[in-house]
Amino acid sequence: MTTWTPGSLAPSPGAAPVPAMLRAQTLAELKLVLRNSEQVLLSLVIPLGLLVLLVTVPFIAVDGVDSRAGRADFFVPGVLALAVMSTAFTGQAIGVGFERQYGVLKRLGATPLPRSVLLGAKTLAVLAVEVLQVVAISLVGLALGWDPQGSVPAVLVLVVLGTTAFSGLGLLLGGTLSGLTTLAAANLVWFVLLVLGGVLFPLSAFGGAQDVLALLPTAALSTGLRDVLQDGAGLPLRETAALAVWAVGSLAAASRLFRWE
Amino acid sequence: MTALEVTGLVKRYAGRAVVDGLSLVARPGTVLALLGPNGAGKTTTVEVCEGFRTADEGTVRVLGLDPRDPALRPRVGVMPQSGGAYPGLRCGEMLRLVASFSARPLDPGMLLERLGLVEVEGTAYRRLSGGQQQRLSLALAVVGRPELVFLDEPTAGLDPQARHATWELVEALRADGVSVVLTTHLMDEAERLADDVVVVDGGQVVAAGTVAELTRGGAIGQLRFRATPGLDVDQLLNALPEGCAAKESPAGQYLVEGEMDPQVLAAVTAWSAGQGVMATDLRVESRTLEDVFLDLTGRELRS
Repeated sequence: MTTWTPGSLAPSPGAAPVPAMLRAQTLAELKLVLRNSEQVLLSLVIPLGLLVLLVTVPFIAVDGVDSRAGRADFFVPGVLALAVMSTAFTGQAIGVGFERQYGVLKRLGATPLPRSVLLGAKTLAVLAVEVLQVVAISLVGLALGWDPQGSVPAVLVLVVLGTTAFSGLGLLLGGTLSGLTTLAAANLVWFVLLVLGGVLFPLSAFGGAQDVLALLPTAALSTGLRDVLQDGAGLPLRETAALAVWAVGSLAAASRLFRWE
Repeated sequence: MTALEVTGLVKRYAGRAVVDGLSLVARPGTVLALLGPNGAGKTTTVEVCEGFRTADEGTVRVLGLDPRDPALRPRVGVMPQSGGAYPGLRCGEMLRLVASFSARPLDPGMLLERLGLVEVEGTAYRRLSGGQQQRLSLALAVVGRPELVFLDEPTAGLDPQARHATWELVEALRADGVSVVLTTHLMDEAERLADDVVVVDGGQVVAAGTVAELTRGGAIGQLRFRATPGLDVDQLLNALPEGCAAKESPAGQYLVEGEMDPQVLAAVTAWSAGQGVMATDLRVESRTLEDVFLDLTGRELRS
């Protein structure tokens, strides 16, 4: 080890421009997600695998549908909702839970990186992963005979609202519990919402409970996307409202309860 | 202006005061060591100064500002006691990420080289050894060219080479005008690095001053030797300069306390020659910071 050149450590403090910080942090968040094999499994492999399985092996009956293309029309919107939940909720909750446990958020809090930029970078990284997911799921869906209807803006509104709601829930969970508890809870919630959220089964399979289940974020997103993509409806009011309420409620709770360490 | 000024700081956890009326001042461009046993309240004090915790009572000014003032973030570097990096990022990636938050950061490559991290630059943080993680953490604290750096136990768990590299960095920071506040329970670290030492125990300051001031206080020096038991100590006392004390304890081991100078040594050897005995194992000791520390904080083991 060599000695230090005098003056080489002289103070010269200053924050980098916000766009530079946002770019660097977003790239770091993306690297972390794409390097994490559990996260890739959750975000890409499981949704794609489920889609292929559900469409090609007709073990779950869908009312009034008997063709493969018809099954694709039913399942693609649900799998899109699953993908959004996996990335914005489960992945983000687990990531934040462990970042808190490892003291990363505390350390970043002591750098010039503002918290708003950190949260912005997390959001951009989630959106980037979702773009990847939507492209992959759409390509596989189209290959399976999916015939999407409806308007792109309506889909975008639903996906953005769903992402916001799931991000709020993910930050709430990961921001309050320990890393391991978050891991367990986030996976459990993911599985429960997979079953009860209109992804695997139509909500009608749950009889009288369906009106309540329809208000769950996953169900609202999958049903809303199905209304638009399968039936060509405009922006469905009940689902959009449900997602908006989840988004506002979860973000408000997260901003009050979130702990940085 | 002071680099750091803490006045009457109180921090309670579950009603128990972990920091209990602590005050200290760090002068700009100097190294201040918070020295104390485990659980003394060093980390809590530093974390209040870093803005991670809020004070229950008292005031803290960091570079003249409130510790939570966002304007401080670029001006202050922080090395927490442990952790603080993404386990999945590589060593070099983590350093470059934090460097990118600063307008004029140090060259990350240079820091990696100086801290012996070049070989593990491409290694994921979670696969680094404890000492490598510590050195990266130190690099992260200084890469933004801060005016003030907080280092919480910077050399805990380091091997001697890494410890010296850390010390050299702290000395270089000081030489370049950076203020450093560090916590340690290592006497040699405080003795070597610190301009000012604040000894903390039970959440309170039990002594403060420069290393020289602290080690000069109390019994200034000691002279010990062995000789035949039962010699006339009173006669020795008469031969010694004013203000010295002498005793035999235990039998055959003699202790002279006072300001050590050549006169004392000459008196002891002349006296033993007069007694016709040979003084062996004769040694003159000055108080070390460790003596001061143990005198102040007690010698019993802490739970």
